[in-house]
Amino acid sequence: MAVQYTYDPAHLTRSEPTKHRPEDLRSEEMLINLGPQHPSTHGVLRLEVVTDGEVVVDVVPHIGYLHRCFEKHAEALPYPQIIPFVDRMDYLAAMNSEHAYAMGVEKMMGLEGTLPKRIEYIRVLVAELNRLASHFVAIGTYGVDMGAVTPFLWLMRDREHILRLLEWTCGARMLYNYLWVGGLFYDLPVGFEERCAEFAQYLKPKLKELEDLLLVNKIFIQRTANVGVLPLDVAINYGITGPMLRGSGLRYDLRRVDGYSVYPELEFEVPIGEGAMGTTGDCWDRTYVRVRECFESLRIIEQCLEQLKGDHRRTRDFDPRAMVPKKVRPKAQDLYVRAENPKGELGFFFRADGKSDVPVRCKARACSFVNLSVLPELSRGVLLSDLVAIVGSLDLVLGEVDR
Amino acid sequence: MKSGSEIASLLQAQLGWDASPELDEASTPTALIIGKEQLLEAMRVLYEHEELYFDQLACLTALDNGPAAEGEGTVEVIYHLCSIPYGHQLALRVQVPRGNDDTPAEVPSVAHLWRTADWHEREAYDMVGIRFSGHPDLRRIMLPEDWQGHPLRKDYQEQEKYHGINVAY
Repeated sequence: MAVQYTYDPAHLTRSEPTKHRPEDLRSEEMLINLGPQHPSTHGVLRLEVVTDGEVVVDVVPHIGYLHRCFEKHAEALPYPQIIPFVDRMDYLAAMNSEHAYAMGVEKMMGLEGTLPKRIEYIRVLVAELNRLASHFVAIGTYGVDMGAVTPFLWLMRDREHILRLLEWTCGARMLYNYLWVGGLFYDLPVGFEERCAEFAQYLKPKLKELEDLLLVNKIFIQRTANVGVLPLDVAINYGITGPMLRGSGLRYDLRRVDGYSVYPELEFEVPIGEGAMGTTGDCWDRTYVRVRECFESLRIIEQCLEQLKGDHRRTRDFDPRAMVPKKVRPKAQDLYVRAENPKGELGFFFRADGKSDVPVRCKARACSFVNLSVLPELSRGVLLSDLVAIVGSLDLVLGEVDR
Repeated sequence: MKSGSEIASLLQAQLGWDASPELDEASTPTALIIGKEQLLEAMRVLYEHEELYFDQLACLTALDNGPAAEGEGTVEVIYHLCSIPYGHQLALRVQVPRGNDDTPAEVPSVAHLWRTADWHEREAYDMVGIRFSGHPDLRRIMLPEDWQGHPLRKDYQEQEKYHGINVAY
């Protein structure tokens, strides 16, 4: 068998050269690599760090280790078949990404606002369940980064309930392909509403417990308060969105601003960071916003369940695929659609030529990608151990950064 | 909230252009089509003018319209802007010739206005091969530095081997 890889010592330096050259550094400075295989980077992220003793002088993120050519694949696939690829971008919040994508294609097809309310409520319900699951991973792993293992185990236990609920609806635990263009794969299974309501009842005290266990824990506060402060003007200039932007003190949530799907009919607050433990926009504020959002998602879930059991209850003749177009061929146009994902604004840009079922261009504006770009700004002059705290507070999913 | 045509006429008045920029109403949000020479001054007005105040660059897309033989022989950059306080959205389109190895396609960088553009322009350079003049750090971002070609070009041919590994299979 032929050897597949020809070894050459220069391959590494040629394929991913460091931005800083060792010979340009001052004598007290050192160039170290954090990652790509390092637990604190939450995936395959390589950070090139210039340190002066314990102090970080500069950080250069190197990404692309998980690049799977989403946009190249999308140039060769019909619109509905791109959904599984969208799932694999932010694999912790696939329902939310599917929601954004399906909304975009429906807008191009002129289906916007024509779907039955039951479909919209189911979409919001599963998306909010997935938002909870995504925030649980974010908060849990962040706790582990800071040395708190218990919240992680408790949150994984609760996340397991969500994954099982979602598995029950569509058969997959993480990569669902449940939201289709113009409808859903299936209606909710019989009894889902009751089980989900039971879960919501179960989760409420657990979230309070999480707050007491992690957020107001003295060690956690000391590790995160006043660390990695992101001022609001910097955040906006870098295009930061989601809990990071709200952590910096701006009440900006696309679910409210754009009011897509049935969100205008639902009651929920948009929590923001207020610098309760330190400065507005520090790592603690970002975690605080995520925890508060869990409470709000739970409120949305309960309201959706009420609707799904009341005005928009299951009927014998309800077919979630009734509106699914047989052929998805939008008119020639450009469209940019955006939606609030757990990590920020997920956008899709489509260009359709009106002649084919395949997009000419489908670009994903990934929230983690943009949120990661602010890291060098945040971490100049911090201690090396705080760098881990800052990276964790960005809530990165490398599948989405690299696409 | 301002409509696309209002923004277009405001831009024309501010910059003293002879004609209002061309509008594409079929695009969502409405797109302005402008030349690359006018890009920087238009962007500065969009960013700074107090009635427009586009403080967020939501997305930057690069796209290839194919080589001249089959397509238009151009590459495009599409900017999606959003103003957080006013809530208006706008798209801007710039078309330049595809260029070749000696004279690559070139568009001025807007990274000094919105830092978001920094990584997005690197991605556009990596995938479509557009050079952004004035960019502070134009390196490849997704692909390895020694990769050949730009994959989202319509006439892209992947290299046969990369470090001795077969690329196509």
